[in-house]
Amino acid sequence: MPETVWILGVHMTKFGKHPDKDLVDLASEAALGALADGGVSIHDIQVLAAGNVTGGPAGIGQQLQKQIGQTGIPVYNVTNACATGATALRTAIMAIKAGEADLGLAVGVEKLSGAGLLGVTGTQRGDGEPWRPSGRFGNVAPMDGWVGTETMPGVFAQIGLQYLHDHPYAGAPLELFARISEKNHAHSTLNPLAAYTKRMSLDQIMNDVMVAYPNTRPMCSANCDGAAAAVLISGAALRRLPAEQRRRAVKVSASVLTSDPWQEACQVLPDVSTLTRQAAAAAYEAAGVDPADLDLVELHDCFATAELIHYDNLMLCAPGGAVDLFDSGATWRDGRLPVNVSGGLQSKGHPIGATGIANVWEICQHLRGEGGQRQIDGARVGLAHVIGLGSACGIHILEKAV
Amino acid sequence: MSSQVPLVSYLTLGDPPRLIARECRQCGARFFDRRNACASCGGQAGFDDAVLPGEGALRTFTIVSVAAPGVPVPYVAGVIDLGGTSVRANLVNVKPDPDALALGMRVRLRTFSMGTDGDGVEAIGFGFEPAATTDQGVA
Repeated sequence: MPETVWILGVHMTKFGKHPDKDLVDLASEAALGALADGGVSIHDIQVLAAGNVTGGPAGIGQQLQKQIGQTGIPVYNVTNACATGATALRTAIMAIKAGEADLGLAVGVEKLSGAGLLGVTGTQRGDGEPWRPSGRFGNVAPMDGWVGTETMPGVFAQIGLQYLHDHPYAGAPLELFARISEKNHAHSTLNPLAAYTKRMSLDQIMNDVMVAYPNTRPMCSANCDGAAAAVLISGAALRRLPAEQRRRAVKVSASVLTSDPWQEACQVLPDVSTLTRQAAAAAYEAAGVDPADLDLVELHDCFATAELIHYDNLMLCAPGGAVDLFDSGATWRDGRLPVNVSGGLQSKGHPIGATGIANVWEICQHLRGEGGQRQIDGARVGLAHVIGLGSACGIHILEKAV
Repeated sequence: MSSQVPLVSYLTLGDPPRLIARECRQCGARFFDRRNACASCGGQAGFDDAVLPGEGALRTFTIVSVAAPGVPVPYVAGVIDLGGTSVRANLVNVKPDPDALALGMRVRLRTFSMGTDGDGVEAIGFGFEPAATTDQGVA
């Protein structure tokens, strides 16, 4: 029987603009916060997994150690696009499950304020400049803009509309996705750590700047700065701690990471569904949990169009029933299965390396009964999901200590 | 002497122009770029050219209004099902307006000039237009 792993301490910084803090400051704040929350010190930690995507080649883990404690432990610097945080978390969990460590620290951090469109760079072509084929497609001009789009809002817009093609929808797509965004912006008003906490009306969302139809600006994840960290502990080590320290520990009932298996069209438009379905199935089985058992879900709403399809991919509804699930009101905070009570990436913000731990932090708040104004009463089981385009899917199912 | 170069190497400029996929000899999976092996079956048996039909159905789309510097907006990007093989492309000869676009609509391949370089080489781009429109070139 593999070792059960627990979250002993967890911390998330305020998401938003942090002009006076660099990557290492933010990572340190999250790491020190998680250590304090767990009642342990850096000297207790036997493995560190650190995630960052856009900060450059230097190992963020060792940079963090230079600030909070160079103890000589193994450091794994990981990257997996927007699933980087979940990958760091899972790396520390695997080390504990393998019996190589009793306590581990996972940190995810990003500085993205003002980053604009991710994934595309653009080019300027001079008059008369030679057409020169390059790259694997032998293209003479950028693929992005000439052969479809590589912008994230555009990619996920197509993924959302594809769902409405496969499962015909009679209403107006713009209005449907705006209503999903309206929910998450409403939720954010109760989350003091969210980057944006403004309630937005349906009209405001629909009439805001169009980025890639049907995604308007408020339907897109918000670039911002932030970090999150978690202290993981083996069940055996947890049992040796005083009852008061054990009380707030959260059980990691499932930790799953998948990549995208080959499907027709998957190299034309990323398939973020198949790997999510496979991760969800594996996670539910590992945890012995049914989707109906979930008290709350934090899923990867990098765009409003993405939230819809993940209702289906995470099996929160019958196949093809994502619109019906949303229309039932179930995914609002006061509904049967609240989704993205934190405000989601659209308003809480999406510092990509931190997101896959920040969503776990949110679930822990509720399982510990520390969710403040937005507490989901009696929450016992929650699921945190992220997608990194390319692709990677991380799912963690967490349970309240019995 | 004037000559032409296609926007991508998988566009052939014959009459009519066509998109060409690389099909795995082992499992039939199709790709558009240079391959080291097959991503579907892992096979190393090699690939053959497969000419795709010039007409198909629009599986999904978006209208991009915010893009990287140098990319003219708005434009319509989409995925087209060409007889069971999906391709990524822009839509042309259609208003960038959701009311002018329908999921599942029939579209057909069109090529157009992207301009001539200093050596007199003309680049030929491609896109898909609604199959119902009249036969005319792309501005």
